[in-house]
Amino acid sequence: MIALSVNGQTHQVDVDPDTPLLYVLRNELALNAAKFGCGLGQCGACTVLLDGKPVFSCLVPVAALGNRKVRTLEGLASPDGKPGLLSVAFETEQAAQCGYCIAGMIVRAQALLERNNRPTEDEVRAHLAPNLCRCGTHMRILRAVRRAAEMMGGGVRDVAEQKP
Amino acid sequence: MSGLGRRTLLANGALLAKGALVVAFALSRGAAAQDADSPALPGDLAKSPLLDSWIGVDGDGRITVFTGKAELGQGLKTALIQIAAHELAVAPSAVDIVTADTARTPDEGVTAGSHSMQDSGTAILNAAANVRVLLAEAAAWRYAIAVDQIEMRDGAAHAPDGRTVGYGELVSGLSLHVTAKPNVPRREGGSKVIGENLARVDIPAKVSGGEAYLQDMHLPGMLHARVVRGPSDGTRLKQADIEAVGKMPGVVQVVRHGRFTAIVADDEWRAVKALHRLQAVGWERIGEPLPAKGMREAIRALPARDVPIFDYPGPPAPAEAHTLRARYSRPCLMHGSIGPSCAVALWEDDSVTVWTHSQGVYPLRKALAELLGLPLERVRCVHVEGAGCYGHNGADDVAADAALAARAVPGQPVRLQWMREQEHGWEPLGSAMTVELSASLGADGRIVGWQHDLWSNTHNTRPTTAGGLLAGTEVDPPFVPPKPRPIPMPEGGAARNANPIYALPNARGTLHFVEPMPVRVSALRGLGAQMNVFAIESFMDELAEAAGADPVAFRLAHLLDERARDVVKMAADQFGWQARGRGTGFAFARYKNLASHCAVAMEVRVDLDTGMIHVPRVVAAVDSGEAVSPDGIRNQIEGGIVQSLSWTTREAVAFDATHRTSFDWSAYPILRFPAAPGRIEVHVIDRPKQPFLGAGEAAQGPAAAALANAVAHALGIRLRDMPLSPERIRAALRPAPAAPRQAAG
Repeated sequence: MIALSVNGQTHQVDVDPDTPLLYVLRNELALNAAKFGCGLGQCGACTVLLDGKPVFSCLVPVAALGNRKVRTLEGLASPDGKPGLLSVAFETEQAAQCGYCIAGMIVRAQALLERNNRPTEDEVRAHLAPNLCRCGTHMRILRAVRRAAEMMGGGVRDVAEQKP
Repeated sequence: MSGLGRRTLLANGALLAKGALVVAFALSRGAAAQDADSPALPGDLAKSPLLDSWIGVDGDGRITVFTGKAELGQGLKTALIQIAAHELAVAPSAVDIVTADTARTPDEGVTAGSHSMQDSGTAILNAAANVRVLLAEAAAWRYAIAVDQIEMRDGAAHAPDGRTVGYGELVSGLSLHVTAKPNVPRREGGSKVIGENLARVDIPAKVSGGEAYLQDMHLPGMLHARVVRGPSDGTRLKQADIEAVGKMPGVVQVVRHGRFTAIVADDEWRAVKALHRLQAVGWERIGEPLPAKGMREAIRALPARDVPIFDYPGPPAPAEAHTLRARYSRPCLMHGSIGPSCAVALWEDDSVTVWTHSQGVYPLRKALAELLGLPLERVRCVHVEGAGCYGHNGADDVAADAALAARAVPGQPVRLQWMREQEHGWEPLGSAMTVELSASLGADGRIVGWQHDLWSNTHNTRPTTAGGLLAGTEVDPPFVPPKPRPIPMPEGGAARNANPIYALPNARGTLHFVEPMPVRVSALRGLGAQMNVFAIESFMDELAEAAGADPVAFRLAHLLDERARDVVKMAADQFGWQARGRGTGFAFARYKNLASHCAVAMEVRVDLDTGMIHVPRVVAAVDSGEAVSPDGIRNQIEGGIVQSLSWTTREAVAFDATHRTSFDWSAYPILRFPAAPGRIEVHVIDRPKQPFLGAGEAAQGPAAAALANAVAHALGIRLRDMPLSPERIRAALRPAPAAPRQAAG
């Protein structure tokens, strides 16, 4: 048995120790948000927070977690089940087409806004660069992150005009 | 509102007298047959004319809409709910929707070609109007008043004296198993649902970690499977030690049938580990080596069958006319779904149920039945949303893989998902293409002659038989893939949008249809339209320049259709075309020349050192007919623009002599956030009461051409070969001793 802490709860799972965290979340803990996209750390669909930092859960063997705490999109909701700020912002902006990438986008954006709720537009884009979206929902995702930053009392500073 | 009286009602057979069952179906068929002059039913109502194929009303008045089309992330469910709610005068929250399921919904073929709103939306609009009229007539009969006295509102029929009866009660005396009538009037007045930006019904689960995708399905006792293949289309694995893999922990069975091999395990990761072990033995190419040159050059050189695609009459161009010629090309492109294809299958009692994200559950059922040797009625295909597909990707193939795996473990559901490398290696690609254009300008600067020549493989190998499925070619004995055929105009496949929308005299086009397929290809969003529009709209700019005309004015001078002109003018005005700066480009097309009009104006900045293109601003205008959800249309157009920018600036599937080498996102990079445009504005021109036109593919061509035109405007250099990559731009800027590019596309 391997113990892991996910969204504030400790779980014991009976899996091969080399099983990637992603498979444990989805198949053992029925947490659907993190998605299998590539298994290679190239697309970000599987992004979760590990001690507050975004990681590719497809690349982290569950036995390597140790005491680090995992947070998934489900864990960003309030205890009474109300969706987190970013989820609300994404819904308000209708920031999804197929939506398969969106859970990873929200989790990665959460890591940024928890650290800095007044990023620049370029910082947001650079921060989200590891996550792929194939539907081309980028503009809406950026709007949703901006809205969430504002909901947190911050905002996204637009410095696009200063580019060469 | 229809003024049908009671007698007509009874003759129509729609009404059930209390306690007496009227066999409505037969009667209505008879009634319809008598009326030989009645116009055809609109949309897919013509194929499935019975109202209860489309609309159900339960005893509580809840509405269920049935569509044979699938939600692909394009917002279809929500738009169809809006249409039904609007016509039935109910709140959208009172409407449920059931999508593509061979056991429950009409057969509407594939969800493709921007046809869903035209085919299914139109059917549901008219079916819902029919049902509303039947309910109103039932209420009129109950209250013994004229039907035009009845007001339908909020799920109930209201009489002028205040009496009210809900749809649930009304429907208990009605049969909806009747043939729809054509030309039933739309609901007038009252609350409006069509045209509103209703929040999409699928988004809450997608942004909160709900069970939103096929990939998220967990059935009790479900096993996990992986299919075993070589690295790409055209390869196979060498013989491995199957027995040893069968003994690996958790492996339930290694399923084999001819060359088809799948691993079924009790745990997903254990299935993956077994797959890796089988893959470690190495692989070999099957058949001919791949062409050494790029795929577009290879296809240009293969034997082709010439198919005339359009011929606009006109006098031959005068000898003194100025003639321009240009050649444009596109590499093979990948759909590149973010979620590798997946299916869940359950084999029970010699029947199989397959949960699939295929775009065509009915054609897939037919192909699976042949593959599995089952009668059609023993195969059920249920669409469950997957990751965006943008055409024919691995969805159908993985459904066959899962069904074959499930057959080996009856009674136990099997979930089979492809690995990333399998999706990249095996999905059917968008064909490489070459277009040669020549046109002549008269002394007045107008086009007086036009010739379009196009070389391409097919753009449709969607499976309708077992030979169209990868597994079908692997089982023993194998099924033969069907012979590729060009899709006829006006929709066209490779030739889609090759017929210019402009009023051109003396214009001709030929598709040089290349039957031999060096690599596996099929439908990718827009089919040939992206390439043809890229070529035509680039060439229009080249001609405008030769004529000394402004590109937008030059287009308008050759464009007669008023709706097309409105879209062009809207995009140009909103962009501020008159005051445009350097690095701006414009393009326009009407998808298939019969669906949505879309114009794109774009501003680019090109970094002269790196060759990187930055897109600060895009303005688009679109006319999709009556706009059911303007924000849904904007979302599709924004997405189409960004995806097309990715195709056009950086994508090309690469090959060596043995296989496809674009095996993952590192080898096939797509656009990431830093390269997304600064902003995109989409202006929707609503055309109330006009047919729905579908917006899903309208932007692919115009966005690609607007980019090329903006780059040409920025650099003074015309780039005609996609992708307009930094390497190509640097080579064009510094043509000196450029190293020959590796074969890509």
